[in-house]
Amino acid sequence: MLGRVAGGLFWMFRYLERSENTARLVDAGFRMALTRPDGTDDEWGSVLQTASSMSAYLDRHGEVEQAKVIDYLLREPTNPSSVMSSIAAARMNARAVRTAITREVWEAVNDTYMIVKQALARPIAPRDLPEVLGMIRQQSALVRGALHGTMLRNDVFDFARIGTFLERADNTARILDVKYYVLLPSISQIGSSLDNVQWETILRSVAGQRAYRWITQGESSPMTIADFLIFDGRMPRSLKFSVGKIATNLGYLEAEYGTRHDSHEIIDRIETRLDNGNIDAVFDEGLHEFILEMLEGLARLGAQIARDYRFED
Amino acid sequence: MTGTPSFFDEMFAGDGTVRSPYQSYDAWFTDEDIKELRKKSIEAERFFRRTGITFNVYGQAEADERLIPFDIVPRIISGREWAKLTKGIEQRVRALNAFLYDLYHRQEILRAGRVPTELIARNEAFLPKMIGVAPPGNVYTHIVGIDLVRTGEDDFFVLEDNARTPSGVSYMLENRETMLQMFPELFSRIKVQEVQDYPRALRRSLGACAPPACDGSVTVAVLTPGIHNSAYFEHAFLADQMGVELVEGSDLRVVNGRIAMRTTQGYRPIDVIYRRVDDAFLDPMNFNPESLLGVPGIMDVYRAGGITIANAPGTGIADDKAIYSYMPDIVEFYTGEKAILKNVPTWRCSDEDSLRYVLDNLEDLVVKEVHGSGGYGMLVGPAASKKEIAEFRAKLEARPGNYIAQPTLALSTVPILTKAGLAPRHVDLRPFVLVSPNDIKITPGGLSRVALKKGSLVVNSSQGGGTKDTWVLEE
Repeated sequence: MLGRVAGGLFWMFRYLERSENTARLVDAGFRMALTRPDGTDDEWGSVLQTASSMSAYLDRHGEVEQAKVIDYLLREPTNPSSVMSSIAAARMNARAVRTAITREVWEAVNDTYMIVKQALARPIAPRDLPEVLGMIRQQSALVRGALHGTMLRNDVFDFARIGTFLERADNTARILDVKYYVLLPSISQIGSSLDNVQWETILRSVAGQRAYRWITQGESSPMTIADFLIFDGRMPRSLKFSVGKIATNLGYLEAEYGTRHDSHEIIDRIETRLDNGNIDAVFDEGLHEFILEMLEGLARLGAQIARDYRFED
Repeated sequence: MTGTPSFFDEMFAGDGTVRSPYQSYDAWFTDEDIKELRKKSIEAERFFRRTGITFNVYGQAEADERLIPFDIVPRIISGREWAKLTKGIEQRVRALNAFLYDLYHRQEILRAGRVPTELIARNEAFLPKMIGVAPPGNVYTHIVGIDLVRTGEDDFFVLEDNARTPSGVSYMLENRETMLQMFPELFSRIKVQEVQDYPRALRRSLGACAPPACDGSVTVAVLTPGIHNSAYFEHAFLADQMGVELVEGSDLRVVNGRIAMRTTQGYRPIDVIYRRVDDAFLDPMNFNPESLLGVPGIMDVYRAGGITIANAPGTGIADDKAIYSYMPDIVEFYTGEKAILKNVPTWRCSDEDSLRYVLDNLEDLVVKEVHGSGGYGMLVGPAASKKEIAEFRAKLEARPGNYIAQPTLALSTVPILTKAGLAPRHVDLRPFVLVSPNDIKITPGGLSRVALKKGSLVVNSSQGGGTKDTWVLEE
């Protein structure tokens, strides 16, 4: 398989994952804004931060304002992480790796592009937002379904999965990074309604609110939320789960190619950290420091995978 | 429902009766509801858009991905007609390869005075770097598309020989696929010869042309200029259907005297490269130094027998429009037989008498640029305005050697489905030919291009033409 194609698959699925995550983030922010009594736009600021888009947004719009933030995150062509930009980039990469994916995967991506492009042709009015966001999530599920149902389980599949889970791990880590102050016991007023809403937002943005309630029997605390998002291997958007998937797929590549690379060492270290750690220790040494370490490790991993598998010359 | 009397309609004879190849189809069609069929047309368009069969039109950045319209009425050729055509095509393709071998070796045909030497010597499509190089199996044109037009019951003409990188075969395959999906019942009623084997045949044909350096199994790859190329879909489609890598110039480099592609496990040699990149961009070290699409040094590897390039560099000299007019001589020179397929009479404007004739009759002629393709830079006299003719006259007078002229042919028509039912439109046909050292294989049918505008004679997709599925009936 060509190195350029491996890179194209990796990025295609990173962008797809990103578009879904951004849609979830907008959903969470919108939900949050609806439930706020004072109608301020504070929450949108942290949404922008989570999307790593704050400074670029401010350059463009000056101040944080709900309609503009939503538009920036969904439709803005100059925002490379907007849903539309991400889906267009995913499709561009899909075209470039057309020979590596099945017709059904290609059609699912191409369909997604065409449907989303039409849906996002104009700014989205608040009353249409839930439907549009739901549609974007549904399209993501469609592509994922086509991938699972029609692709050979070989190196092509591995690079697609590695891209997906690297993006997902990165996304969950960034949500924690932006929100860590809400989760710190010293600052949060346990049980206050404001914090409940904030936690809800965090969980909602990783599609985890329902699972969390089942697992915790309805009892929320900052520590259990952080534990859930970092260490719970059953939760498909937790760091542990995502990192585990990356490790598994890198392991398949090692077995298929018979070569162990530096990226295998990096993922081993990250995985060990999650396997041996626990939430008490993380809070002791500092949640923020821990998250930064994770983000840095994931970034190094991405760059090393690109080198090891010759994405570029 | 009948064609304009002066044109030969392939479905309906002058008295309105249905010609024999179309009889079974007509019986089916008469029972169908036009409205339902129109719906099918729209369905077909959605199908094509989903699969991503689009092409990029040069000079139209806005509409960067356009669909070639598809008409659901098939173009039908009887098995008997087809058998005759294939003989002529095979003869022509053999002659083209013999001509190319000769031009790059002893140049007997020039010495014999059958083709003027200056036509070759001053031609950009002739590559001196190919002199003395014998490609594996002496095959120059691994893939050829011979453009045919019909003017009467038994009157077929070759309009053009596409010996460089003929495109359109993916449309032939997808058109059939679409028809099979939309009208399965038609194919159980009417026995149509298969086209779907083309990708496998192409793979076998290319595999049979391995270079001396190949050891064991043959690695084939398709070289594309990239996703922005107008035919990218086809490049990806063919690579996918053949099960081979689709490579770009940036994936390739010379490693140990071989062309190798950068894989996830390091560089791996390629034996046969089906390139969809023009000669000039193939090798920045040997040709256009600005090119980012090719592979520096590939020509040196090629000459040393390290790789097979399909089609061979320098084949363009054989489909040059000025050479075209000599094809009847070329066929006779190399095969010892008269050409089975007729050439369209052609005036070479480099010749003074011809130029005068052409200038006097511009409103009746089709004038083409010698090196042009895709319907660009051409004048269709009868359809052109006074102003367009005047502008073209000036160009022609400035550079007569750059043009040839042909009479406006009364291209045959085949009905398309319009709101009002069937209506005749002009068509041409591009059959696809695969050449390997011991075999010439012609896929039954090919790509039928159809002018969708009433009365228009220009079928090129870049100029608003569409396509049809082409059926060759089992006898």
